[in-house]
Amino acid sequence: MNPITRRSLLAGGVVAAGAALTAVGRRLGLVPPDARGPWAAGSTLTYAAHRLFGRHATAREFPKSMVSAKPFANTVAPPTEAFLAHQAANFLTWRLDVQGHVDRPQQFSLADLRAMEVRSQVTEVACEEGWSYIAEWTGTPLAAVLRACGVRPTAKYLVYWSSDPNWWDSIDIDEAMHPQTLMTWGMNGADLPVPFGGPLRIRVPRQLGYKSVKYIDRLLVTDSVAGLGDGTGGANYASGYSWYAGI
Amino acid sequence: MRPIHPGFVRVTHWLTALAFLALLVTGVEVILSHPRFYWGEVGNVNLAPLFTLPVPASRESVPTGYAVLPDQNGWSRSLHFLAAWLSIATGLAYVFIGWRKRHFGERLVPASADRSWSAIRASIVGHLTGGAAALGDPASYNVLQRLAYLVVVFVLFPLMIWTGLAMAPAFTAVMPISVELLGGRQSARTLHFVITGALCAFVAVHLVMLAIAGFRVRVRAMVTGAPEASR
Repeated sequence: MNPITRRSLLAGGVVAAGAALTAVGRRLGLVPPDARGPWAAGSTLTYAAHRLFGRHATAREFPKSMVSAKPFANTVAPPTEAFLAHQAANFLTWRLDVQGHVDRPQQFSLADLRAMEVRSQVTEVACEEGWSYIAEWTGTPLAAVLRACGVRPTAKYLVYWSSDPNWWDSIDIDEAMHPQTLMTWGMNGADLPVPFGGPLRIRVPRQLGYKSVKYIDRLLVTDSVAGLGDGTGGANYASGYSWYAGI
Repeated sequence: MRPIHPGFVRVTHWLTALAFLALLVTGVEVILSHPRFYWGEVGNVNLAPLFTLPVPASRESVPTGYAVLPDQNGWSRSLHFLAAWLSIATGLAYVFIGWRKRHFGERLVPASADRSWSAIRASIVGHLTGGAAALGDPASYNVLQRLAYLVVVFVLFPLMIWTGLAMAPAFTAVMPISVELLGGRQSARTLHFVITGALCAFVAVHLVMLAIAGFRVRVRAMVTGAPEASR
Protein backbone atom coordinates (compact mmCIF):
# COMPACT_ATOMS: atom_id res chain seq x y z
CA MET A 1 0.00 0.00 0.00
CA ASN A 2 1.42 3.41 -0.94
CA PRO A 3 1.21 5.92 1.89
CA ILE A 4 -0.14 9.37 0.99
CA THR A 5 2.89 11.59 1.11
CA ARG A 6 2.74 15.28 2.00
CA ARG A 7 4.14 16.07 -1.42
CA SER A 8 1.42 14.18 -3.25
CA LEU A 9 -1.27 15.85 -1.11
CA LEU A 10 0.21 19.24 -1.94
CA ALA A 11 0.39 18.45 -5.66
CA GLY A 12 -3.16 17.12 -5.64
CA GLY A 13 -4.31 20.20 -3.77
CA VAL A 14 -2.71 22.53 -6.31
CA VAL A 15 -4.37 20.71 -9.21
CA ALA A 16 -7.76 20.74 -7.46
CA ALA A 17 -7.40 24.43 -6.61
CA GLY A 18 -6.48 25.17 -10.23
CA ALA A 19 -9.56 23.34 -11.51
CA ALA A 20 -11.81 25.11 -9.00
CA LEU A 21 -10.36 28.53 -9.85
CA THR A 22 -10.88 27.90 -13.56
CA ALA A 23 -14.52 26.90 -13.00
CA VAL A 24 -15.15 29.99 -10.89
CA GLY A 25 -13.31 32.10 -13.45
CA ARG A 26 -15.54 30.89 -16.24
CA ARG A 27 -18.68 31.66 -14.24
CA LEU A 28 -17.43 35.19 -13.56
CA GLY A 29 -16.58 35.83 -17.24
CA LEU A 30 -12.86 35.98 -16.58
CA VAL A 31 -11.80 33.32 -19.09
CA PRO A 32 -11.37 34.38 -22.73
CA PRO A 33 -12.64 32.15 -25.57
CA ASP A 34 -9.09 31.44 -26.73
CA ALA A 35 -7.98 29.93 -23.39
CA ARG A 36 -6.48 26.79 -24.91
CA GLY A 37 -3.05 25.60 -25.93
CA PRO A 38 0.30 26.77 -24.55
CA TRP A 39 -0.69 30.44 -24.17
CA ALA A 40 -3.89 29.80 -22.22
CA ALA A 41 -2.53 30.77 -18.79
CA GLY A 42 -1.07 34.07 -19.99
CA SER A 43 -4.07 35.16 -22.04
CA THR A 44 -6.44 34.20 -19.20
CA LEU A 45 -4.47 36.13 -16.56
CA THR A 46 -4.39 39.20 -18.80
CA TYR A 47 -8.10 39.08 -19.67
CA ALA A 48 -9.09 38.34 -16.04
CA ALA A 49 -7.05 41.34 -14.86
CA HIS A 50 -8.95 43.54 -17.31
CA ARG A 51 -12.33 42.12 -16.29
CA LEU A 52 -11.58 42.57 -12.59
CA PHE A 53 -9.88 45.99 -12.63
CA GLY A 54 -10.46 47.71 -15.96
CA ARG A 55 -13.89 46.82 -17.26
CA HIS A 56 -15.24 50.37 -17.23
CA ALA A 57 -12.05 52.33 -17.74
CA THR A 58 -11.88 54.87 -20.57
CA ALA A 59 -9.16 54.91 -23.20
CA ARG A 60 -7.10 58.10 -23.25
CA GLU A 61 -8.61 60.89 -25.34
CA PHE A 62 -6.40 63.68 -26.61
CA PRO A 63 -6.87 67.34 -27.54
CA LYS A 64 -7.55 67.94 -31.24
CA SER A 65 -4.15 69.64 -31.49
CA MET A 66 -2.56 66.20 -31.11
CA VAL A 67 -4.25 64.69 -34.16
CA SER A 68 -1.43 63.24 -36.28
CA ALA A 69 -0.78 65.10 -39.52
CA LYS A 70 0.65 61.86 -40.89
CA PRO A 71 -1.38 58.81 -39.88
CA PHE A 72 -0.44 55.43 -41.30
CA ALA A 73 -2.58 52.65 -42.69
CA ASN A 74 -1.40 49.08 -43.14
CA THR A 75 -2.03 47.68 -46.59
CA VAL A 76 -4.90 45.23 -46.64
CA ALA A 77 -5.97 42.54 -49.09
CA PRO A 78 -7.22 43.91 -52.44
CA PRO A 79 -10.93 44.71 -52.33
CA THR A 80 -13.51 42.17 -53.48
CA GLU A 81 -15.70 42.71 -56.54
CA ALA A 82 -18.61 43.39 -54.20
CA PHE A 83 -16.63 46.07 -52.35
CA LEU A 84 -15.62 47.75 -55.59
CA ALA A 85 -19.28 47.82 -56.64
CA HIS A 86 -20.23 49.52 -53.36
CA GLN A 87 -17.39 51.99 -53.81
CA ALA A 88 -18.57 52.81 -57.33
CA ALA A 89 -22.02 53.54 -55.85
CA ASN A 90 -20.45 55.88 -53.26
CA PHE A 91 -21.31 53.29 -50.61
CA LEU A 92 -25.03 54.16 -50.86
CA THR A 93 -25.56 50.40 -51.18
CA TRP A 94 -23.51 49.51 -48.08
CA ARG A 95 -25.51 47.78 -45.33
CA LEU A 96 -24.64 46.87 -41.76
CA ASP A 97 -26.54 43.66 -40.96
CA VAL A 98 -27.28 43.00 -37.26
CA GLN A 99 -28.45 39.53 -36.18
CA GLY A 100 -28.53 37.24 -33.15
CA HIS A 101 -29.68 37.79 -29.57
CA VAL A 102 -31.62 40.98 -30.44
CA ASP A 103 -35.36 41.67 -30.49
CA ARG A 104 -35.24 43.52 -33.83
CA PRO A 105 -32.61 42.17 -36.24
CA GLN A 106 -32.22 44.67 -39.08
CA GLN A 107 -29.95 46.34 -41.58
CA PHE A 108 -28.63 49.88 -41.45
CA SER A 109 -27.40 52.01 -44.31
CA LEU A 110 -24.68 54.58 -43.70
CA ALA A 111 -27.35 57.27 -43.84
CA ASP A 112 -29.32 55.40 -41.14
CA LEU A 113 -26.22 55.30 -38.93
CA ARG A 114 -25.40 58.99 -39.48
CA ALA A 115 -28.95 59.90 -38.42
CA MET A 116 -28.51 58.17 -35.06
CA GLU A 117 -26.47 59.37 -32.09
CA VAL A 118 -23.10 60.78 -33.21
CA ARG A 119 -19.90 60.65 -31.21
CA SER A 120 -16.49 62.12 -32.00
CA GLN A 121 -13.43 61.06 -30.08
CA VAL A 122 -9.71 61.77 -30.48
CA THR A 123 -7.99 58.47 -29.69
CA GLU A 124 -4.79 56.67 -30.58
CA VAL A 125 -4.45 53.68 -32.87
CA ALA A 126 -1.69 51.49 -31.45
CA CYS A 127 -0.62 48.66 -33.71
CA GLU A 128 0.86 45.48 -32.26
CA GLU A 129 3.87 46.15 -34.47
CA GLY A 130 4.71 49.11 -32.23
CA TRP A 131 3.71 52.18 -34.25
CA SER A 132 0.85 54.52 -33.47
CA TYR A 133 -1.01 57.66 -34.51
CA ILE A 134 -3.84 59.83 -33.20
CA ALA A 135 -6.95 60.73 -35.17
CA GLU A 136 -10.40 62.13 -34.60
CA TRP A 137 -12.90 59.35 -35.17
CA THR A 138 -16.55 60.15 -35.76
CA GLY A 139 -19.33 57.60 -35.85
CA THR A 140 -22.27 55.91 -34.19
CA PRO A 141 -21.64 54.38 -30.79
CA LEU A 142 -22.05 50.63 -31.18
CA ALA A 143 -24.16 50.74 -28.01
CA ALA A 144 -26.68 52.95 -29.85
CA VAL A 145 -26.86 50.51 -32.75
CA LEU A 146 -27.38 47.58 -30.39
CA ARG A 147 -29.99 49.41 -28.32
CA ALA A 148 -31.89 50.21 -31.54
CA CYS A 149 -31.97 46.45 -32.20
CA GLY A 150 -32.91 45.58 -28.61
CA VAL A 151 -30.02 43.57 -27.16
CA ARG A 152 -31.21 40.62 -25.06
CA PRO A 153 -29.75 39.94 -21.59
CA THR A 154 -28.41 36.61 -22.88
CA ALA A 155 -25.87 38.48 -25.03
CA LYS A 156 -22.24 37.79 -24.07
CA TYR A 157 -20.26 38.58 -27.23
CA LEU A 158 -20.47 40.83 -30.24
CA VAL A 159 -19.02 39.28 -33.39
CA TYR A 160 -18.14 41.45 -36.38
CA TRP A 161 -17.24 40.62 -39.98
CA SER A 162 -15.38 42.59 -42.60
CA SER A 163 -16.39 42.56 -46.25
CA ASP A 164 -13.01 40.84 -46.64
CA PRO A 165 -14.31 37.29 -46.13
CA ASN A 166 -11.47 35.98 -43.90
CA TRP A 167 -11.39 38.94 -41.55
CA TRP A 168 -13.62 38.71 -38.50
CA ASP A 169 -13.25 39.11 -34.77
CA SER A 170 -15.28 39.58 -31.58
CA ILE A 171 -15.40 41.47 -28.31
CA ASP A 172 -17.28 40.80 -25.08
CA ILE A 173 -20.62 42.54 -24.68
CA ASP A 174 -19.26 45.02 -22.08
CA GLU A 175 -16.67 46.17 -24.60
CA ALA A 176 -19.37 46.39 -27.28
CA MET A 177 -21.57 48.57 -25.06
CA HIS A 178 -18.67 50.73 -23.89
CA PRO A 179 -19.22 54.40 -24.85
CA GLN A 180 -15.96 54.59 -26.82
CA THR A 181 -16.65 51.57 -29.04
CA LEU A 182 -17.59 53.27 -32.27
CA MET A 183 -19.02 52.24 -35.64
CA THR A 184 -16.82 54.80 -37.34
CA TRP A 185 -17.71 56.51 -40.62
CA GLY A 186 -15.75 59.76 -40.27
CA MET A 187 -12.06 60.57 -39.72
CA ASN A 188 -10.49 63.97 -39.08
CA GLY A 189 -13.62 65.85 -40.19
CA ALA A 190 -14.15 64.01 -43.48
CA ASP A 191 -15.59 60.66 -44.58
CA LEU A 192 -13.51 57.72 -43.36
CA PRO A 193 -11.08 57.02 -46.23
CA VAL A 194 -11.00 53.48 -47.60
CA PRO A 195 -7.36 52.81 -46.59
CA PHE A 196 -8.32 53.61 -42.99
CA GLY A 197 -11.37 51.35 -43.07
CA GLY A 198 -14.01 53.31 -44.94
CA PRO A 199 -16.94 53.26 -45.32
CA LEU A 200 -17.37 51.64 -41.87
CA ARG A 201 -14.85 50.53 -39.30
CA ILE A 202 -15.31 49.33 -35.73
CA ARG A 203 -13.01 51.25 -33.41
CA VAL A 204 -12.11 49.59 -30.08
CA PRO A 205 -9.67 52.10 -28.55
CA ARG A 206 -9.07 50.15 -25.33
CA GLN A 207 -7.42 47.38 -27.30
CA LEU A 208 -4.69 47.22 -29.92
CA GLY A 209 -5.41 48.11 -33.54
CA TYR A 210 -6.00 44.63 -34.86
CA LYS A 211 -9.36 44.48 -33.06
CA SER A 212 -10.51 47.59 -34.97
CA VAL A 213 -11.46 45.69 -38.10
CA LYS A 214 -12.13 47.61 -41.33
CA TYR A 215 -15.05 47.44 -43.78
CA ILE A 216 -17.64 46.10 -41.31
CA ASP A 217 -20.86 44.86 -42.89
CA ARG A 218 -22.16 42.28 -40.43
CA LEU A 219 -22.68 42.05 -36.66
CA LEU A 220 -23.82 39.06 -34.61
CA VAL A 221 -24.90 39.35 -30.97
CA THR A 222 -24.40 35.95 -29.34
CA ASP A 223 -24.05 34.10 -26.05
CA SER A 224 -21.16 31.95 -27.26
CA VAL A 225 -18.45 32.07 -29.92
CA ALA A 226 -17.69 28.36 -29.56
CA GLY A 227 -19.49 27.47 -32.78
CA LEU A 228 -17.75 30.04 -34.98
CA GLY A 229 -14.52 29.22 -36.78
CA ASP A 230 -12.18 27.40 -34.39
CA GLY A 231 -14.17 28.61 -31.40
CA THR A 232 -11.59 31.14 -30.21
CA GLY A 233 -13.67 34.20 -31.12
CA GLY A 234 -11.80 35.25 -34.23
CA ALA A 235 -9.15 34.46 -36.79
CA ASN A 236 -6.31 35.52 -34.45
CA TYR A 237 -5.58 32.31 -32.56
CA ALA A 238 -4.44 30.46 -35.67
CA SER A 239 -1.60 32.99 -36.02
CA GLY A 240 -0.82 32.98 -32.32
CA TYR A 241 -2.35 36.37 -31.48
CA SER A 242 -4.60 36.57 -28.44
CA TRP A 243 -8.33 37.32 -28.68
CA TYR A 244 -8.08 39.93 -25.95
CA ALA A 245 -5.75 42.67 -27.17
CA GLY A 246 -5.65 45.00 -24.17
CA ILE A 247 -1.86 44.64 -24.14
CA MET B 1 26.28 23.33 6.43
CA ARG B 2 24.19 26.42 5.66
CA PRO B 3 23.64 26.74 1.89
CA ILE B 4 25.42 29.66 0.22
CA HIS B 5 22.16 30.61 -1.49
CA PRO B 6 18.86 30.04 0.33
CA GLY B 7 16.27 27.83 -1.37
CA PHE B 8 13.91 30.65 -2.30
CA VAL B 9 16.79 32.57 -3.94
CA ARG B 10 17.79 29.56 -6.01
CA VAL B 11 14.26 28.78 -7.20
CA THR B 12 13.38 32.38 -8.06
CA HIS B 13 16.78 32.95 -9.68
CA TRP B 14 16.30 30.17 -12.23
CA LEU B 15 12.64 30.95 -12.86
CA THR B 16 13.56 34.57 -13.50
CA ALA B 17 16.46 33.54 -15.74
CA LEU B 18 14.07 31.36 -17.77
CA ALA B 19 11.43 34.10 -17.98
CA PHE B 20 14.06 36.71 -18.93
CA LEU B 21 15.39 34.51 -21.72
CA ALA B 22 11.87 34.04 -23.10
CA LEU B 23 11.11 37.77 -22.75
CA LEU B 24 14.35 38.74 -24.48
CA VAL B 25 14.02 36.37 -27.45
CA THR B 26 10.36 37.21 -28.03
CA GLY B 27 11.01 40.90 -27.42
CA VAL B 28 13.70 40.96 -30.12
CA GLU B 29 11.24 39.20 -32.42
CA VAL B 30 8.58 41.84 -31.80
CA ILE B 31 11.09 44.67 -32.39
CA LEU B 32 11.78 43.23 -35.83
CA SER B 33 8.25 44.09 -36.93
CA HIS B 34 9.12 47.77 -36.50
CA PRO B 35 12.83 48.36 -35.80
CA ARG B 36 12.40 52.14 -35.42
CA PHE B 37 12.12 54.00 -32.14
CA TYR B 38 10.42 57.33 -31.49
CA TRP B 39 9.89 59.71 -28.62
CA GLY B 40 6.66 61.28 -27.36
CA GLU B 41 3.15 59.93 -27.96
CA VAL B 42 2.99 58.84 -31.62
CA GLY B 43 5.36 57.33 -34.16
CA ASN B 44 5.07 55.51 -37.49
CA VAL B 45 6.92 55.19 -40.80
CA ASN B 46 5.59 58.60 -41.87
CA LEU B 47 7.36 60.27 -38.95
CA ALA B 48 11.07 60.77 -38.29
CA PRO B 49 12.35 58.24 -35.74
CA LEU B 50 14.67 58.96 -32.85
CA PHE B 51 16.82 56.11 -34.12
CA THR B 52 16.54 53.08 -36.39
CA LEU B 53 18.10 49.66 -35.80
CA PRO B 54 20.19 48.51 -38.77
CA VAL B 55 18.31 45.21 -39.05
CA PRO B 56 15.78 43.75 -41.46
CA ALA B 57 12.10 44.03 -40.56
CA SER B 58 9.39 41.39 -40.64
CA ARG B 59 6.90 43.76 -42.23
CA GLU B 60 7.02 45.18 -45.76
CA SER B 61 5.68 48.48 -44.50
CA VAL B 62 9.00 49.34 -42.82
CA PRO B 63 11.65 50.13 -45.44
CA THR B 64 15.00 48.80 -44.22
CA GLY B 65 16.87 48.05 -47.42
CA TYR B 66 17.00 44.38 -46.41
CA ALA B 67 14.75 41.48 -47.37
CA VAL B 68 11.56 41.08 -45.36
CA LEU B 69 11.81 38.49 -42.57
CA PRO B 70 9.00 36.00 -41.83
CA ASP B 71 6.45 37.36 -39.38
CA GLN B 72 6.64 35.66 -35.97
CA ASN B 73 4.75 38.22 -33.92
CA GLY B 74 1.76 36.06 -33.02
CA TRP B 75 3.35 33.41 -30.81
CA SER B 76 6.12 35.84 -29.79
CA ARG B 77 3.67 38.25 -28.22
CA SER B 78 1.72 35.46 -26.51
CA LEU B 79 4.90 33.93 -25.06
CA HIS B 80 6.17 37.39 -24.11
CA PHE B 81 3.14 38.11 -21.95
CA LEU B 82 3.09 34.60 -20.45
CA ALA B 83 6.75 35.03 -19.46
CA ALA B 84 5.92 38.51 -18.12
CA TRP B 85 3.30 37.02 -15.79
CA LEU B 86 5.85 34.40 -14.68
CA SER B 87 8.51 37.00 -13.95
CA ILE B 88 6.05 39.18 -12.02
CA ALA B 89 4.79 36.27 -9.90
CA THR B 90 8.35 35.09 -9.26
CA GLY B 91 9.56 38.60 -8.47
CA LEU B 92 6.75 39.18 -6.00
CA ALA B 93 7.47 35.84 -4.30
CA TYR B 94 11.19 36.68 -4.12
CA VAL B 95 10.58 40.13 -2.65
CA PHE B 96 7.96 38.91 -0.16
CA ILE B 97 9.93 35.91 1.08
CA GLY B 98 13.14 37.93 1.04
CA TRP B 99 11.54 40.62 3.18
CA ARG B 100 10.22 38.03 5.63
CA LYS B 101 13.62 36.34 5.88
CA ARG B 102 15.52 39.63 6.13
CA HIS B 103 17.41 38.65 3.00
CA PHE B 104 17.81 42.18 1.64
CA GLY B 105 19.06 43.83 4.82
CA GLU B 106 21.51 41.07 5.61
CA ARG B 107 22.79 40.06 2.21
CA LEU B 108 22.05 42.74 -0.38
CA VAL B 109 22.37 46.09 1.33
CA PRO B 110 26.09 46.95 1.42
CA ALA B 111 27.81 46.26 4.76
CA SER B 112 28.41 49.41 6.81
CA ALA B 113 32.16 49.19 6.15
CA ASP B 114 31.45 49.35 2.40
CA ARG B 115 29.14 52.34 2.40
CA SER B 116 31.72 54.82 1.16
CA TRP B 117 33.09 55.90 -2.20
CA SER B 118 36.58 54.68 -1.22
CA ALA B 119 35.24 51.19 -0.49
CA ILE B 120 33.44 51.09 -3.84
CA ARG B 121 36.53 52.41 -5.66
CA ALA B 122 38.65 49.76 -3.96
CA SER B 123 36.25 47.04 -5.08
CA ILE B 124 36.29 48.30 -8.68
CA VAL B 125 40.10 48.35 -8.69
CA GLY B 126 40.14 44.88 -7.13
CA HIS B 127 37.80 43.58 -9.84
CA LEU B 128 39.86 45.06 -12.62
CA THR B 129 43.27 43.90 -11.35
CA GLY B 130 43.00 41.01 -8.92
CA GLY B 131 41.05 38.30 -10.73
CA ALA B 132 39.52 35.47 -8.69
CA ALA B 133 41.71 36.20 -5.66
CA ALA B 134 40.12 39.62 -5.21
CA LEU B 135 36.57 38.32 -5.07
CA GLY B 136 36.59 37.62 -1.36
CA ASP B 137 34.22 35.39 0.60
CA PRO B 138 32.15 33.19 -1.75
CA ALA B 139 29.38 33.07 0.85
CA SER B 140 28.84 36.83 0.82
CA TYR B 141 28.19 39.22 -2.08
CA ASN B 142 30.83 41.97 -2.46
CA VAL B 143 29.73 45.60 -2.53
CA LEU B 144 29.61 45.88 -6.35
CA GLN B 145 27.50 42.72 -6.54
CA ARG B 146 25.16 44.05 -3.89
CA LEU B 147 24.67 47.38 -5.63
CA ALA B 148 24.22 45.71 -9.03
CA TYR B 149 21.64 43.21 -7.74
CA LEU B 150 19.73 45.90 -5.85
CA VAL B 151 19.56 48.04 -9.00
CA VAL B 152 18.44 45.08 -11.13
CA VAL B 153 15.78 43.90 -8.64
CA PHE B 154 14.41 47.22 -7.45
CA VAL B 155 15.05 49.61 -10.35
CA LEU B 156 15.51 47.88 -13.71
CA PHE B 157 12.93 45.09 -13.44
CA PRO B 158 10.21 47.41 -12.07
CA LEU B 159 10.99 49.89 -14.87
CA MET B 160 10.59 47.10 -17.44
CA ILE B 161 7.19 46.26 -15.99
CA TRP B 162 6.14 49.92 -15.86
CA THR B 163 7.25 50.75 -19.42
CA GLY B 164 5.66 47.51 -20.64
CA LEU B 165 2.30 48.21 -19.01
CA ALA B 166 2.46 51.80 -20.28
CA MET B 167 2.18 50.40 -23.82
CA ALA B 168 -1.05 48.56 -22.99
CA PRO B 169 -4.14 50.57 -23.96
CA ALA B 170 -6.19 48.64 -21.39
CA PHE B 171 -3.76 49.53 -18.60
CA THR B 172 -3.32 53.17 -19.55
CA ALA B 173 -7.11 53.45 -19.62
CA VAL B 174 -7.12 52.52 -15.91
CA MET B 175 -3.96 54.47 -15.05
CA PRO B 176 -3.18 57.12 -17.69
CA ILE B 177 -0.50 58.70 -15.51
CA SER B 178 1.64 55.58 -16.05
CA VAL B 179 2.30 56.62 -19.64
CA GLU B 180 1.99 60.39 -19.17
CA LEU B 181 4.87 60.37 -16.68
CA LEU B 182 7.09 58.66 -19.25
CA GLY B 183 6.33 61.24 -21.94
CA GLY B 184 3.91 59.22 -24.04
CA ARG B 185 3.42 55.82 -25.61
CA GLN B 186 6.44 55.93 -27.90
CA SER B 187 8.68 57.17 -25.08
CA ALA B 188 7.53 54.15 -23.03
CA ARG B 189 8.43 51.90 -25.94
CA THR B 190 11.86 53.41 -26.41
CA LEU B 191 12.59 53.25 -22.68
CA HIS B 192 11.46 49.61 -22.62
CA PHE B 193 14.10 48.92 -25.29
CA VAL B 194 16.88 50.97 -23.63
CA ILE B 195 16.36 49.32 -20.22
CA THR B 196 16.43 45.92 -21.94
CA GLY B 197 19.89 46.93 -23.11
CA ALA B 198 20.91 47.73 -19.54
CA LEU B 199 19.65 44.33 -18.36
CA CYS B 200 21.53 42.58 -21.16
CA ALA B 201 24.71 44.43 -20.13
CA PHE B 202 24.13 43.23 -16.57
CA VAL B 203 23.71 39.62 -17.74
CA ALA B 204 26.89 39.83 -19.82
CA VAL B 205 28.93 41.13 -16.87
CA HIS B 206 27.25 38.59 -14.58
CA LEU B 207 28.30 35.69 -16.83
CA VAL B 208 31.88 36.99 -17.17
CA MET B 209 32.18 37.37 -13.40
CA LEU B 210 30.93 33.81 -12.91
CA ALA B 211 33.47 32.54 -15.42
CA ILE B 212 36.28 34.31 -13.57
CA ALA B 213 35.12 33.02 -10.20
CA GLY B 214 34.69 29.45 -11.44
CA PHE B 215 31.55 28.87 -13.53
CA ARG B 216 30.76 25.28 -12.57
CA VAL B 217 31.26 25.84 -8.85
CA ARG B 218 29.17 29.01 -8.77
CA VAL B 219 26.35 27.50 -10.83
CA ARG B 220 26.31 24.42 -8.63
CA ALA B 221 26.03 26.68 -5.60
CA MET B 222 23.00 28.37 -7.19
CA VAL B 223 21.38 24.99 -7.90
CA THR B 224 22.11 22.93 -4.78
CA GLY B 225 23.23 25.64 -2.39
CA ALA B 226 26.61 23.94 -1.88
CA PRO B 227 29.69 24.77 -3.98
CA GLU B 228 31.03 21.21 -3.90
CA ALA B 229 29.10 18.07 -4.75
CA SER B 230 28.46 16.30 -1.45
CA ARG B 231 30.41 13.09 -1.03
